[in-house]
Amino acid sequence: MPGFTGMRQNSATVAVLSGKGGTGKTLVSVNLAAAAEKAAYVDCDVEEPNGHLFFQPEIRNEEVVSLKIPVIDESRCTGRRACVDFCRFNALAFIKGKPFVFPSVCHSCGGCALVCPSGAIRETGKPVGVVRRGISGGVTVHTGALNPGEASGVPLIRRLLRQSEQEPLPLRIIDCPPGSACAVMESIQDADYCLIVTEPTIYGAHNLAMVHELVTLFQKPYGVVLNKCSDGDNRSEEYCLKHGVPVIGRIAFSPQLGMLASEGKIAARESAEYAGLFRDLLNTVIGEVRNEETSASQR
Amino acid sequence: MKKLLLLSGKGGTGKTTVACALIRLSQAQAYADCDIDAPNLHLTMTPAAPPAREAYYGMGKARIDPERCIRCGRCRSECRFEAVRLSGGDYHVDPFACEGCGVCLAVCPAGAVAIEPDVAGELMLYADERAVFSTAQLKMGGGTSGKLVTEVKRRLNRAAGADTPLAVLDGSPGIGCPVIASLSGVSMALIVAEPSVSGVSDLGRIVKTAGQLHTPLCVCVNKADTNPAITKQIERFCEEREIPFLGTIPFDPEAVRAVNGGLTIADVDCPSGRAVRAIYEQVVRLLGLQAGSES
Repeated sequence: MPGFTGMRQNSATVAVLSGKGGTGKTLVSVNLAAAAEKAAYVDCDVEEPNGHLFFQPEIRNEEVVSLKIPVIDESRCTGRRACVDFCRFNALAFIKGKPFVFPSVCHSCGGCALVCPSGAIRETGKPVGVVRRGISGGVTVHTGALNPGEASGVPLIRRLLRQSEQEPLPLRIIDCPPGSACAVMESIQDADYCLIVTEPTIYGAHNLAMVHELVTLFQKPYGVVLNKCSDGDNRSEEYCLKHGVPVIGRIAFSPQLGMLASEGKIAARESAEYAGLFRDLLNTVIGEVRNEETSASQR
Repeated sequence: MKKLLLLSGKGGTGKTTVACALIRLSQAQAYADCDIDAPNLHLTMTPAAPPAREAYYGMGKARIDPERCIRCGRCRSECRFEAVRLSGGDYHVDPFACEGCGVCLAVCPAGAVAIEPDVAGELMLYADERAVFSTAQLKMGGGTSGKLVTEVKRRLNRAAGADTPLAVLDGSPGIGCPVIASLSGVSMALIVAEPSVSGVSDLGRIVKTAGQLHTPLCVCVNKADTNPAITKQIERFCEEREIPFLGTIPFDPEAVRAVNGGLTIADVDCPSGRAVRAIYEQVVRLLGLQAGSES
């Protein structure tokens, strides 16, 4: 990538987020990574992961992620209920004098085992999902899948971020889950730059305002990509103008792009026009990250 | 009271757009937004009167008193959430990482830790003579979203009369805690799918999740004409699993105009509006309801 060396640690992490679902986070993330030629793509939407459908990576490693869940040895339990009294998540109960564990609400804090006066609690691993690392052209693809029925993808997201951090690649693109709750916060924590993808509707604009607040709260440099632009009103663009939010790219509404995406094809690899569009966007993003570093070093 | 929940797995398939139309067509006297992470229902179904607001308290957050702290570091080594940080020689808790479990409180030998109440969001209940609408907004970066969804539903149940025939609940994307919390106790979930490889994969995962909770399901496809082949595939997927397939909604630029104009697609004579009426009739039939008199 031209002019991309000499940066801090020779690597930049860009988080792509949106608040609202379906605005084009995965479209933008996948195509930016593909346009970069050498990059890591990290799909943090472990509830509904889609990036792998585009990259079809050749899987190199796979790892089951487990959480620690208490197991009670009834023969040692003396019925003092210290575990039940301790657990703020109500994951333990005494029913007819016997201790019970409700794994689905357990947060794996380890407190029950810590407070048990008779050492009757040990912890065992409960699989909550899987993380994978694969290759697609020059892109290393990190993806995970939460097991249906499990409550939180955060342990998988942590694992994905940790494993992708070790890639000696100049660029890491993080495809965030929708919303602005804990899973998103976890995903943007390491980001050098946040790229917000939005759409013209009032719903898009409302959720843009929410993530704008989030990136401001976390003091992340950011910019907006307006997706699905057409001739009509663009409420997200109006929001950006009104609040001085930098718009660093726009993608026109296009049935052709929609068709490519719906078939799981990477537009930047299929069409010269889109390869150009995403390369330009990538260069803008890299320019923004570099500006931020220059101004940070002058502070 | 029958409860219909809108879900999608994938975000942005049109849950809220369809939910608003169904609320309008059924003249629902009770509705709620369970997408507390990015609520949008209030933007279209805006009640005239301001809501009754109530702070939502999450799990509480640990705080370390630097005066009493003896700097032994046990809280930091025992915390599974990496929420205890050491900076400038002092231990302090990162409120975003803290889950309020109380392990630090239990292990602190100096009594320096307290778990303090934490406002994790805001609940809003709108009520007038026609309808009650329960919604909430989770605080930035907040956790415990499942509990907040349960609270939104509890307030809706309490406020709606027992003879209310139908409540429409707008859900959130994904398959995690808010979705699981929204599924409990509903009569049926309508999944709004999208004809794309992503949409198909996400549909499979939400069907699996809802199946574990034994929730009756039905499916419709939005923007169906943007990829007819995949729409067919979704129809077959439903057939194979004996999930009622309620029909399709075409891609419709009028829908964006309606939404941006504060209207539902059922308020405008447009292709998506006509399609959603046909789907509404199927919903009425499946739930065994009387169709609302459309005005």
